[in-house]
Amino acid sequence: MKMTGAQILLKCLEREDVKHIFGYPGGVVLDIYDELTRTPQLKHILVRHEQAAVHAADGYARASRKVGVALVTSGPGATNTVTGIASAYLDSIPIVVITGQVPTALIGNDAFQEVDIVGITRPCTKHNYLVKDINQLATTIHEAFHIARSGRPGPVLIDLPKDVVQASIVPKFPEEIKIKSYNPTYHANPRQVKRALDMIRGAKKPLLYTGGGIILSDAAEELTRFADTLQIPVTSTLMGLGGFPGNNPLWLGMLGMHGTYCANMAVSQADVLIAVGARFDDRVTGKLSEFAPHAKIIHVDIDPSSISKNVKVDVPIVGDCLDTLKQLNDLLHELPAKDWAAARRPWLETVAAWEKEHPLTYTWSDTVIKPQYVVEKLWELTKGDAFITTEVGQNQMWAAQFYRFNKPRRLMTSGGLGVMGYGFPAAMGVQVAQPDAIVIDIAGDGSIQMNIQELITVVENNLPVKVAILNNTFLGMVRQWQQLFYERRYSSTPMGAPDFVKLAEAYGAVGLRATKPEEVEPVIREALNTPKPVIMDFRVEPEECVMPMVPAGKAMHEMLLA
Amino acid sequence: MEPRHTISVWVDNIPGVLSRVTGLFSGRGFNIESLCVAETMDPEVSRITIVSTGDEQITEQIIKQLHKLINVIKVVDLSGVEHVEREMALVTVKADGASRAEILRLVDIFRCRVVDVSPTTYSLEITGNYAKMRAVLDNLKVHGILDIVRTGTLAIQRTKKD
Repeated sequence: MKMTGAQILLKCLEREDVKHIFGYPGGVVLDIYDELTRTPQLKHILVRHEQAAVHAADGYARASRKVGVALVTSGPGATNTVTGIASAYLDSIPIVVITGQVPTALIGNDAFQEVDIVGITRPCTKHNYLVKDINQLATTIHEAFHIARSGRPGPVLIDLPKDVVQASIVPKFPEEIKIKSYNPTYHANPRQVKRALDMIRGAKKPLLYTGGGIILSDAAEELTRFADTLQIPVTSTLMGLGGFPGNNPLWLGMLGMHGTYCANMAVSQADVLIAVGARFDDRVTGKLSEFAPHAKIIHVDIDPSSISKNVKVDVPIVGDCLDTLKQLNDLLHELPAKDWAAARRPWLETVAAWEKEHPLTYTWSDTVIKPQYVVEKLWELTKGDAFITTEVGQNQMWAAQFYRFNKPRRLMTSGGLGVMGYGFPAAMGVQVAQPDAIVIDIAGDGSIQMNIQELITVVENNLPVKVAILNNTFLGMVRQWQQLFYERRYSSTPMGAPDFVKLAEAYGAVGLRATKPEEVEPVIREALNTPKPVIMDFRVEPEECVMPMVPAGKAMHEMLLA
Repeated sequence: MEPRHTISVWVDNIPGVLSRVTGLFSGRGFNIESLCVAETMDPEVSRITIVSTGDEQITEQIIKQLHKLINVIKVVDLSGVEHVEREMALVTVKADGASRAEILRLVDIFRCRVVDVSPTTYSLEITGNYAKMRAVLDNLKVHGILDIVRTGTLAIQRTKKD
């Protein structure tokens, strides 16, 4: 039977088990949108800006373990997706972005709403396609999903010219996708794994440094088993939070620029550093030449190009984090039992002393709301079980520090690209994937204004997302740098904001405000008990800083503590 | 000067692949000294020869990043193996009076070919490795090079002779 390009596309999405699409229509995707009216099993969520569609697909992917899908039109529709795509690329999130394109005959003519989106997104997608021949359509779409979700996951873009969407053929759907030049290594080399284990067992001060790879490969349980067995303390990157339980005694907190004193000191003193699914980002390492100066480094990563990119690695292991940790645990299981707790006592005591010396803390105030207190209360009142998205800046760091994530896939944040405006649309995607869960976007008054238009999307789709705005009337993180490094010259960081309560109401959501510490808890309780989208406007201390802080370019032990 | 590396890259012969490869170099700040690309005996596969400069760590990154491109089939750093390199140049050189004979002597010594002649110029075809090209061009420069066009380096692995 003959099918149009639009029908083939939607059929392929169905074959990939896609249930939700985030998108925005336009001229060249009219046929796809028309076909959507006859495809009730695919639910389309209409956003108000294409960037939000991609962030929502990103949040959806993280919360559902599936590939997120966004659908937009050509030209401005396509260019508006670029920030979302770049963010998903840096965070290795599996999404497929489908962009309309002008008809093939017009490509290159500077046609209306034409842009070379394949050229534009080449450096920020895992792969991308321009489909010029309808006979290639089905295979291309399945290849795109295969590439997005396999190996080190990432965004894939498919550009579909209008005439390809409108043409019809009798399609052949591929049963299996094989790409000869693309074969990610999942199974780690057992000899390297053995070498790593020997090195770890011989270590006096080992430290696990884990990242988003643990979350993406669903390796949290194996990681916990490994750390518990060998009694190795664990720190993680922002992307890795929740990959190891925040209430486990071996947990040191996040490391890096706003990491805990304890985690950063542990890195500086460790003799063996086991990096699993992390990539030695500059926000983690600080001054590279002084990063983990005493440590032999073992690095597990599914992407060979991550290994020895920033630091020299002693034992490289290319493989899936889950597979590698399983191999390590299996090897351990075969060895005679040993009292690791006793062997590890001196190191764990040193670490505990650091933790005691400078725990994560803040100065309480009876009169002004401290932003950290809001996050602590959110954690307490959701029993640490909510899905948290963040914007970027101070809100993101306080969320990372004070919401103690116990489970993987509970924190969605734009870690690599650092996109202000990510959290709210991402929360929308998370809520679609987890309709019964509590989903909270921890936001700043600056960030929330970057994608505030999505309020109508959550209202319209009955997505009861909660937004907790830590409203300090500043672009807080930039202001912090100005305070610390630019003698308090607050250039363009004092920032006006609308009345968020009225704004929420104007959109048909619920608006709540707290101006005093004692109002924080009642506001959060009310929000959690409201089965509608809620904006909470917390008027917090304007000049609070995120501490500790390793100034950019400094070594990790050179932290500012207060 | 940082070491030169000659890297052979087999890629899918489809539109946009060259741009993926060169975009990777510019985006990540890797150098391209020269680049040659053409179809192989299999029309679905092209082979790119890239000469790049950088230390061992950079070269390792270049190779890993190339591997990461979906359309890249195979990457070989020829600098680590026995191989033969050739470049080609077409050069129009000023040739009048006494220099006409002198240039022909150079053509003979360096085994170049004269591909075009005018009363005041010769156009020459020169092939050789990097070092020879420099030697020829240094000698011709004295006479005045009016026009020049060069290929990048081509390289092929030597067959093992056991």
